Amino acid sequence: MELGNQLLQYLLSGLSTGAIYALIGIGFSIIYNATGIINFAQGEFVMLGGMLTLFLMETLKLPLWAAIPLAVLLATLVGLLFERLAIRPLRKASPISLVIITIGGSILIRGLSMLIWDKDTHALPPFSSEEPIMIAGATVLPQHFWILGITVVLIGLNKWFFSHTISGKAMRACSYNPRAAGLVGIDVRRMVLLSFVISAAMGSLAGIIVAPLTMTSYDVGVMLGLKGFCAAIIGGMSSGIPTVIGGLILGVLESLGAGLISSGYKDAIAFVILLLILFIRPQGLFGKPESERV
Amino acid sequence: MLELQGITQIFGGVTALNDVSFSIHADQITGVIGPNGAGKTTLFNIVTGIYQQTRGQVIFEGSDISGIPVERLAAKGMVRTFQNIELFGQMTVLENVMVGLHSKSKSGLFACSFKAPWAITEERRIREEAHEWLRFVGIEQLADVQASNLPFGKGRMLEIARAMACKPRLILMDEPAAGLNSQETVGLAELIRKIRDLGVTVVLVEHDMELVMDICDRIVVLNLGQKLAEGTPREIQDNPEVIAAYLGDDE
Repeated sequence: MELGNQLLQYLLSGLSTGAIYALIGIGFSIIYNATGIINFAQGEFVMLGGMLTLFLMETLKLPLWAAIPLAVLLATLVGLLFERLAIRPLRKASPISLVIITIGGSILIRGLSMLIWDKDTHALPPFSSEEPIMIAGATVLPQHFWILGITVVLIGLNKWFFSHTISGKAMRACSYNPRAAGLVGIDVRRMVLLSFVISAAMGSLAGIIVAPLTMTSYDVGVMLGLKGFCAAIIGGMSSGIPTVIGGLILGVLESLGAGLISSGYKDAIAFVILLLILFIRPQGLFGKPESERV
Repeated sequence: MLELQGITQIFGGVTALNDVSFSIHADQITGVIGPNGAGKTTLFNIVTGIYQQTRGQVIFEGSDISGIPVERLAAKGMVRTFQNIELFGQMTVLENVMVGLHSKSKSGLFACSFKAPWAITEERRIREEAHEWLRFVGIEQLADVQASNLPFGKGRMLEIARAMACKPRLILMDEPAAGLNSQETVGLAELIRKIRDLGVTVVLVEHDMELVMDICDRIVVLNLGQKLAEGTPREIQDNPEVIAAYLGDDE
């Protein structure tokens, strides 16, 4: 295979994994913007998406199209319960305690999943045929198109929600100025709950669409969560386009690194980028330096 | 309308307010004045639920509102503005007001997520209403400007528009004239009267005596955490105790 074809191949597969990172990263950002905490249980919602879909298909014999929405619903319910049981009772706690609670929550969800299901790696069937499509010498699986398509739709919906619905605006208002938001009658706690609901839904859907390609198991959430976090950091914790670009950059660099250097370095690349960004541009690749934060 | 009964606030060993009682009458503009440190802002913070008073009751339209979560106050018909304007900086002027209309929005947690068509028509109605409030305070031409780029005076107008969008029956303004130039202050006085004429009760804490004497129907004077006097602007101006508190005693 020529280098040009090879590069195209890496680029295409990098874009689709990057899209997944973007969706997970947006989940991180939405919760961060509403609460000021990094929810390290975000990866577990991703895992739950894939594992629940599998469970529903195998145990209840549901077809894929029925299992997916049900799995998203269940994972979202877990997100909602997580906020109600682990975050809300401690809203007065400092952000760092809450962050540690999310780590605890993530370990709990992962442990329970391992006990309920198993430690094996499972594959979800692809959404349509497994016949690869050739594009200018690169082979692309139809699942890649599903991933890109669903990501575009989700990001579009997300954008529309935050800029065009009154609840979306209210959520943004909470993140800019919670005190003023409360005074104009916005229930800040309800917005925090809503942020967990949206993040869990997006995360689980990301976990479902990627599962046919990368397989799923009780512990996929750790790595996917960290990659999503990395995307959000590159995007400056924006719940919009910057994080999407962050995810895509990460996915493509990872895929190029794995292909051209060694696949052993795949994960290392993401974390080197994460560290570089945190050292050099903690405000994100596109953000302005923070001058004042009252 | 609003009754304060025996409000006492103790911070550590400091008594910021000591047994302060007075009532605010509906459809009037009431000014709360007093030298620095008199406890005016503390009083506002208690009424709007930011502080929890050590003793005493705040009765709003017949019910005790002590300890009510702040976001429920707007729904009950009480809003406030801040001395250092609190806006949603990264949103447009129009969006700031639209958010103020949120508490009247019928789209709940799930309605907004799943009943998109409802949300769209509602959004249109809210947008129009927000424009009306911007027109009311006279900054409609700035609707699409990002709020953080507004000059201070316009920001204050926006904060008032956003507060009015909650359709309050009582609006509390913390030093609305602070940071305004004289021309803007004249505009503010006119606006406050317009608000009262809509049937909204106004309470303001203010240092600008000219403004207070000009627009207030009644004035409450605080000094050192206690109520010193209460009456019409005329009465307050002639009250020897008030004069002493402001200008210092002869002795």
